[in-house]
Amino acid sequence: MTESIMEQEIGRNKIHPKKFALLVACASMSMVFAAQTSAYMVRQASGNWLEFPLPNIFFFNTLVIVLSSVTLHGSYLAFKRAKENLFKGLLLLSLFLGIAFVVLQLQGWADLQAMGVPLKLNPSGDFIYAISGIHLAHVLGGITALLITAIVAFMMPFKLTPARKLRFEMSMLYWHFVDGLWVYLIVFWTLQR
Amino acid sequence: MATAVLQPDTLEEKLVEEYGYEDHFHEHHHGDKFQSNFITTYVFSQDHKMIAKQFLITGMFWGMIGGLMSLVFRLQLGFPEESLAWLQPILGKWIEINPEGIGKLSQEFYYALVTMHGTILVFFVLTAGLSGTFSNLLIPLMVGARDMASPFLNMLSYWFFFTAGLVMFFSLFLSTGPFAGGWTAYPPLSVLPEASSGSGAGMTLWTISLVLFVVSVLLGGINYITTVLNLRTKGMTMWRLPLPIWAFFITAVIGLLSFPVLASAFFLVMFDRELGTSFFLSEIFIGGKALDHVGGSPILYQHLFWFLGHPEVYIIILPAMGIVSEVLSVNARKPVFGYKAMVFSILAIAFLSFIVWAHHMFMSGVNPFISNFFVIFTLIIAVPSAVKVFNWIATLYGGNIRLNSAMLFSIGFVSMFISGGLTGIFLGNSAIDIQMHDTYFVVAHFHIVMGVAAFFGMFAGVYHWYPKMFGRFMNETLGKIHFWGTMVGAYAIFWPMHYLGMAGVPRRYYSFDVFQTFSHFAEMNKFITVAAVLVFGFQMLFFINFFYSIWRGKKQTVQNPYGATTLEWTTPVRPGHGNWPGKIPAVQRWAYDYGKDGKEFISQIVPLKEGEHDGGH
Repeated sequence: MTESIMEQEIGRNKIHPKKFALLVACASMSMVFAAQTSAYMVRQASGNWLEFPLPNIFFFNTLVIVLSSVTLHGSYLAFKRAKENLFKGLLLLSLFLGIAFVVLQLQGWADLQAMGVPLKLNPSGDFIYAISGIHLAHVLGGITALLITAIVAFMMPFKLTPARKLRFEMSMLYWHFVDGLWVYLIVFWTLQR
Repeated sequence: MATAVLQPDTLEEKLVEEYGYEDHFHEHHHGDKFQSNFITTYVFSQDHKMIAKQFLITGMFWGMIGGLMSLVFRLQLGFPEESLAWLQPILGKWIEINPEGIGKLSQEFYYALVTMHGTILVFFVLTAGLSGTFSNLLIPLMVGARDMASPFLNMLSYWFFFTAGLVMFFSLFLSTGPFAGGWTAYPPLSVLPEASSGSGAGMTLWTISLVLFVVSVLLGGINYITTVLNLRTKGMTMWRLPLPIWAFFITAVIGLLSFPVLASAFFLVMFDRELGTSFFLSEIFIGGKALDHVGGSPILYQHLFWFLGHPEVYIIILPAMGIVSEVLSVNARKPVFGYKAMVFSILAIAFLSFIVWAHHMFMSGVNPFISNFFVIFTLIIAVPSAVKVFNWIATLYGGNIRLNSAMLFSIGFVSMFISGGLTGIFLGNSAIDIQMHDTYFVVAHFHIVMGVAAFFGMFAGVYHWYPKMFGRFMNETLGKIHFWGTMVGAYAIFWPMHYLGMAGVPRRYYSFDVFQTFSHFAEMNKFITVAAVLVFGFQMLFFINFFYSIWRGKKQTVQNPYGATTLEWTTPVRPGHGNWPGKIPAVQRWAYDYGKDGKEFISQIVPLKEGEHDGGH
C-alpha cells in the first residue's frame, strides 16, 4: 500500500529518498576514515614511527572483498532479470566471501602480531589495528544487511517488487561502500610506506 | 482526517485545493499508524512535529540543569567566603563542611560542574534543543512535505539523544563524580583513569553518552538533508526556500562532515583508555611513577577535536541566524534584505568553518607560521558575518515593525551577535591571543556570541512558532519581561568579564584568594554572580509561561496569525499527521513577498500574476 506513494516520490525525484539518505550517511562515514587517515599522516610526520610491511593477507583480502562486490552486483543483475537460482547462488557466494573477509582480517591481525608488531608497541602499528578495526565494524554492518537480504530471498517466494529491489539496492550500495573504503585504506597505507 | 477538505473555508485552503499537488497520502490511512494510541502519539512518535516538541522539552530540561550548575560555581566565584552549607542537602558530599560549620564547594566538583555545564549547554541544549527542535518542526512544514524522509530514523534520532542524556545524567550521581577535565576532554585528563577522580567512570560514561549523541545528530542530519533535497513540494525550488530551511540544511551538512571526526577522536580515546594504546599519551608521570605510554601526541587529539569543535559553533549559531532572518522579515513586514547574499553568506561561513580550527590551539604549541593561515581565514569569517548583520539591519530599516516577544529576541540576537562577534576579531589574532587565551575575555566572547545569541534565536523561534506547536500563543507580557530581563542581565553578566580577561584573570580557576593582582575584582565577581542569579530567575518566567500556555494560552483562531508568507501557515491550526488534510500546497513564488503591489503580504501559494517578477530568482 505504500508502494504507490513510493513510486510517485520516485517519479518526482531521480533517486529514491531512502537511497539518497544512505548516500549521505556514507559520505558521513567516510569522514571517520578521512579523520583517521589524516591523523595517521600527522602522527607519522612527527617521528618515532616504526616502519614495517603490511601482512600479505591484507592484500589478498582486498581481492576477496572486491570479488564479493562483483558477485553481489551479479546477483543484483540476476535479480532484476528474475533469474532466481543465479540470484540466490551469487548472493550466498557474496555473503560467504564477506564472512571470509572478516575471518581473514582477524588472521591478518594475528600475522601482524607474529611479525613482531603487537598492539601497544608503537602508534604506527596501533593505527593499523584501530583503523582496520573500525573498518571491520562497518563490514559487520554490511554482513548483517546481506544476511537479512539472504534470509528474505530464501524464506519468501521470489517476487520482483519495487520495495524488495530498493532494499537490495541499498544493501548493495552499502556493501560497495565498505569495499571501496578498504581499497582506499590499502592504497593509502601502501602510498604512505 | 483521512478525507480531503471537501469544502475549503479559508483562502489558503482554496488555493491549496486549486493548485496543490495530489499525492493520495490520505487514502492510505497513514495517520493511524502514527497516532493510534498514547504511546505512538506522545512517546515513540514518528511525527516530526511531536519529535520537535520532544527535542524542545528535553532541551529545556537540560538547559535548567546546566543553568543551575553555573549558578553553583558562580556562587563559589562571587562569594568565596560565604558558607555553602545550605546546598548540602542537594549536593551531598561535594559540599565539604569544616569544623567551624562553614561549607565549601569541593574543588574536584567545581571542575566537574564547569565541565558538565559546557557539555550540556553546547551539545544537549544548543545543538539538540535548538537545531533538533526547529529542523524537525519547520523543515517538512516549510518545504511542503508530509513528514521527514524517514520518520523512523527521525524517531531513533530523538531516542539516541534521550539515551545520551540518560547516561550523562547517571554520571552526575557517581561516587567519584562526573567527568571533570573540561568539555573539550583533552588528554591526558580524559585518557588516564587515574588522572583525576572524574577521569575514571565519569569519563567512561561521558564518552558513551557523547558517542550516542553523535549517532543522534547523524540520524537527524541525514533526514534533514534528504528531506530538503528530495521532498520539496511542487514549485519549491532551492531559491524559493525560506532562510531557516537553508540554515538548517547547511547546519546538517556541517554536522554530518564534522561529528564523525569527533567520533573518530573518541574511538582513539577509548582505545587508549581500554586497550592501553598510546595515540594521545606520551612520557607521562603520575605521582612520580612513569607510565608505559610512549609516543603519542595530545596535540593530535586537539586537532581532531577542534575539527569538529569549530564547525560546532556554526552548528549552534546558523539555525539561530535562520530563525532570526525569518522572524525579522515577518515582523518588519518587509522582504528580508539581500536574500541571495544571506544564502551565500551561510555557504561561505560553512566552508570557512572547516579551515579555522587551529585558532583554538594558538597556544598549544602549533607552529606560529601555520597559525598565520588560521588567523587569516578566521578573520575572513567576519566578511559573511558582517554581510548578514548588515542585511538584518537593512531588513529592519523602514519596516513597519511589530515589537512582539519573538521580534524583540530577534533584535536582541543581532545586538548580541555584533557584541560577541567583535571580540572574536581580537581573539582570532594569534598575537593578541597570547595575552587573551584562557582568560575571562574568551569566556565573555563565546558566551555572548554563541551562548546568549543562540539562546535568543531559540527564544525567538519558540515565541514565534509556539502557535504552530500547540495551537495557542504564549503570554506576551511575560515574554517581554523575559526579554528585557535576559537582555540587560546577560550583558550585566558577560560585559564585565571582558575587563577581567583583559587584566589576565584566568578562566576555570576555583578561587583567586592567593592572587593579589586579582583581589580588586572581588566586587565585580559578586556583581556578575548576582546578575546570573537574576537572569536564571527570568528564565523561570519563560518556563512558567511555556507550560502554562500549553493548556491556558490564548487560542490561535486564524490559520495565519502573523500574516506570514510561508507554507507552515497554510496548514490547519492544529495540523494532523501529514500536515495538510488534502493536497500538498504547490509553491508559486519566493518566501518574502511582503509589501508588494500594495498588499501587506502574498503567501507562497498565490500564483504569480502575468508579467510579475518572482523575488527569489
